[in-house]
Amino acid sequence: MSIFVLPLLLAAFLCLYRIGKGPTAADRMVAIDILGLIVVAVCALIALFLDQSFFMDITLTFALLSFVGSLALAKYLEGRSLDD
Amino acid sequence: MIDVIGYILMGIGVIFDVFGCVGLIRFPDVYNRLQASTKCVTLGTFSIMLGIFLVTGFSATGIKALLCGVFVLISSPVAAHALARGAYKSGVSLWRGSIIDKYGEDTQDRPQIDK
Repeated sequence: MSIFVLPLLLAAFLCLYRIGKGPTAADRMVAIDILGLIVVAVCALIALFLDQSFFMDITLTFALLSFVGSLALAKYLEGRSLDD
Repeated sequence: MIDVIGYILMGIGVIFDVFGCVGLIRFPDVYNRLQASTKCVTLGTFSIMLGIFLVTGFSATGIKALLCGVFVLISSPVAAHALARGAYKSGVSLWRGSIIDKYGEDTQDRPQIDK
């Protein structure tokens, strides 16, 4: 398990570095989008290796919420309101 | 045998994820970072989901993994495209080594319709 999960945790920390340092707001939003996908992958691997099938539901929900959140952040970045 | 193929797919996915995040650190510009990290991480996550489906088979976990992988494969490029468009509209400049800007050429020639 750890040979799959530990590199993904390293990748998540690289994303956190970019979230903290990123010069513009767009860099931080890109890193948040990527971090969501990394979390989805880690949850799916936990569901497989620990044999806890409810983590798969968390995976689906997190993928949906990450997509909607990225779209909302992109529209905010573009300078339009959310009901536009 | 099919378990081995699944684990190999998971390993490939983990490698793609890590290199996508290295690209997120190393590239100089928000557009370069977007195109490096989004493609790698999308393919890596889809590959991990496909590996989980091959290992578990047609169980509840496997079907959900396949569903989530297909959803990630569809939705992640859409979100990346929206982020790139938002970043361009908000005035983030290109890297100084970038030599071409097709979107800027297209939008400067046309008259502005909205707003």
